[in-house]
Amino acid sequence: MAIWLTETSKVIVQGMTGSEGMKHTQRMLDCGTDVVGGVNPRKAGESAVFADGSVPVFGTVAEAMAKTGADVSVVFVPPAFTKAAAIEAVDAGIGLLVVITEGVPVHDTAEFRAYAEAKGATRIIGPNCPGLISPGKSNAGIIPADITKAGRVGLVSKSGTLTYQMMYELRDYGFSSCIGIGGDPIIGTTHIDALAAFEADDETDAIVMIGEIGGDAEERAAAYIKDHVTKPVVGYVAGFTAPEGKTMGHAGAIVSGSSGTAAAKKEALEAVGVKVGKTPSETAELMRQVLAG
Amino acid sequence: MEYQAKELFAKHGVPVTVGTVITSPEEAEAAAEAEGGRVVVKAQVKTGGRGKAGGVKLAQDPQDAVAKAREILGMDIKGHTVHRALVAPAADIAEEYYFSFLVDRANRDYLCIASTEGGVEIEVTAHENPDAIARVSIDPLVGVDDAKAAEIVAATGFDATIAEQAADAIKKLWTVFIEEDATLVEVNPLVKLGDGSLEALDGKVSLDDNADFRHEDHARFEVTEDEDPLELAAKEKGLNYVKLDGAVGIIGNGAGLVMSTLDVVAYAGEKHGGVEPANFLDIGGGASAEVMANGLDIILGDDQVKSVFVNVFGGITACDEVANGIVGALQRLGDEANKPLVVRLDGNNVEEGRRILNDANHPLVTLVDTMDGAADRAAELAHAAN
Repeated sequence: MAIWLTETSKVIVQGMTGSEGMKHTQRMLDCGTDVVGGVNPRKAGESAVFADGSVPVFGTVAEAMAKTGADVSVVFVPPAFTKAAAIEAVDAGIGLLVVITEGVPVHDTAEFRAYAEAKGATRIIGPNCPGLISPGKSNAGIIPADITKAGRVGLVSKSGTLTYQMMYELRDYGFSSCIGIGGDPIIGTTHIDALAAFEADDETDAIVMIGEIGGDAEERAAAYIKDHVTKPVVGYVAGFTAPEGKTMGHAGAIVSGSSGTAAAKKEALEAVGVKVGKTPSETAELMRQVLAG
Repeated sequence: MEYQAKELFAKHGVPVTVGTVITSPEEAEAAAEAEGGRVVVKAQVKTGGRGKAGGVKLAQDPQDAVAKAREILGMDIKGHTVHRALVAPAADIAEEYYFSFLVDRANRDYLCIASTEGGVEIEVTAHENPDAIARVSIDPLVGVDDAKAAEIVAATGFDATIAEQAADAIKKLWTVFIEEDATLVEVNPLVKLGDGSLEALDGKVSLDDNADFRHEDHARFEVTEDEDPLELAAKEKGLNYVKLDGAVGIIGNGAGLVMSTLDVVAYAGEKHGGVEPANFLDIGGGASAEVMANGLDIILGDDQVKSVFVNVFGGITACDEVANGIVGALQRLGDEANKPLVVRLDGNNVEEGRRILNDANHPLVTLVDTMDGAADRAAELAHAAN
C-alpha cells in the first residue's frame, strides 16, 4: 500500500514551467512517477517537454484534475504566490497537496492550512519540505529516488537531508514511504498524522521518526505512540548542541528557554519505549536490531 | 526592541506614548524636556529583564535624565551592549496587565495570552499563579472580530471600567499582528493610568522574515551593530550561519543534517579533549560551487576554528559542485588557507565529487567515507592543533 502516495497516484505540478519545477518534474518522471500535467495560467494549452515526452500545461488545478484525474499536486511556486496556489488546489478538491516552497510567511500557511481543514478534502504536506516518496511506486517532491528501494520501513522527518541520510543508512532494507513533513512552525501534516498512517499501513513493519529542536511536536508524538502505535518506532532528534534563542536554519528550529530542547524530546520518546539514537548511524543500528527481531 | 514595537503600535492606533530615542547622554536633556521633565530612561536591547539589570531608571528632571542616561548607555545587559535608550514620560500607573498574540505551533492557529497580573515576566505568572492567565485560541480564517475581542476581555477579567477600551486596543493589536506579519505581539505591561485610560507601556514585536517581501519598510528595524561580525558577513552572502564557541568549523547542506553534524562532532569531541563545533552553516539545497566557496571563506575567517568538517549528502546539491567549490576556494585563498579540511560526500554525483578532490590532492583535504568517521577525524585534528 505505502501511505498517501502509491503507483496509482496521478500527479500534477503547480509551477512546473519554472526552473525548479522543470528540474524536479524531470526527476519525478525519471523514477516512474505518473506526472499527468502542470499548472500555469499563462501557459495554459501548451506542453512542457521532458526527456521521454511532453506533459500538458493547464490553466487551473480544477481543469487539470478534470482532464487527467489527478489526485496529487506538488507546489513549486514562489513564496509570495504559495497561499493562492494552495487555496486554488484546495478549492479544486485535490486529495494530496505537497508544498515544497521554502520561505512561506507563517500567516499564509496558518490560513491555507485552516482553509484545507475546513474544506475537509485535502491533506497538505509541508510547506518547506522535500515531499514524499514511496520507493518504486511514486515520488512527489524532491527526494532523490536512487538512494534506496522499496521495503518495509516507514520514515517521517522534519528535515530533508536527514531523511536522505537515514534512507542511505538503511538502504539495504528499503522503505514503504518516506515523508519529509517540513521544518516550519506550522505544517500541514504532523509526525502524529504520519505515525497513524504507518500504523494502519500493511506494508510497513517499523517506523523511523526524525525530529529536531523547537516546538513540542516530538513530545506530542510520544504521547500518541504510547496510546496508538503498536509497531516498533525508532527515533532520532537533531540539535543537542544548539544554543538557546538561535534559529538553526529551519524557521521552526529554535530552543526557547528550557522548552524545545533535543534532550527533552529524547526523554519523552524514551519514556514511551521508543529507542532513540544519538547519531543517524546509531539510529539506523537500532532499527536493524528491531528488524532482526 | 521596545521603541520599534511602540512605533508599530502607534502606526496602528494602539494607545502608546512612543517617547524619544537617544544614543548619547547629552541628548537626554532635550528629550526629557520634550517628554514632560519627569521621565523614565529605558535601555533598548533585544532581551528581557532590563529592569532587573538596572537598565530602566526614573529621572526627576532633565539634568537627572542625563545622569541616568550616562549610567545606562554603554552598559551590558545579558551580553547586549546598550547603544540607545528611550526617554518616555513617567507614567502614573494604577494597574498593570499582560497581553500577547502569538503563533500557536501545537494547534496550528493563533493564541491570545492575557492576564490582569502584568509587569512581571509571563513565565513567572504562569508558574506561580497559572489561574491568573487567560488563553484564547483564534481561528486564522476568522481572526479577532468584535465577538472574539469581547471573549478575550471576559476571559482575562478586565473590569467594566476598561472593558471597552481593552476591546478596542485588542482589535488594534490584532491589526499589528496580521498586517505587519508578526509571529509575536506582546504588551507587558499594558497599563491603566491614574486617569483611567489604557496604554501600552512596554512591548515586543517579532516579525516573520519570510514575509519581508511584502514589507519593504521592515528593513529599518534591522539592527546589526550587536551582531557577531562573522554572522553579519555570512548574512551579507545569504548564508545561514550561527557562530558557536568550539574549534571544529562545520559546513553542511540542509538544516537537519547540519544540526545533526554539530551533535556528531560534539560526541566525537568527547574522545578528543572535549573539542566542540565552532558554528552552524547550512549551504542549502542545490548549492553551487560559489556558495560552497563563500561558506568556506567565512569558516576559515574564524580564528577559533582549528579544523573544518564539510558534510554533504547530495539530494539536490551535486557533490561535484561541492568539490569544485572546495578546490576553488583553496586555490583562491592560497597560503591563507591553513586549516585541515575533512570532507564527507554522499549522494548525487558522489563519484565525480570524490574524483575531483582526489585529483586536486590538496595537502589540507582528507576524504572520509562516513559521517561518524569524518567527525572523529575533524575532532582529532582540532584537538591536535590546540
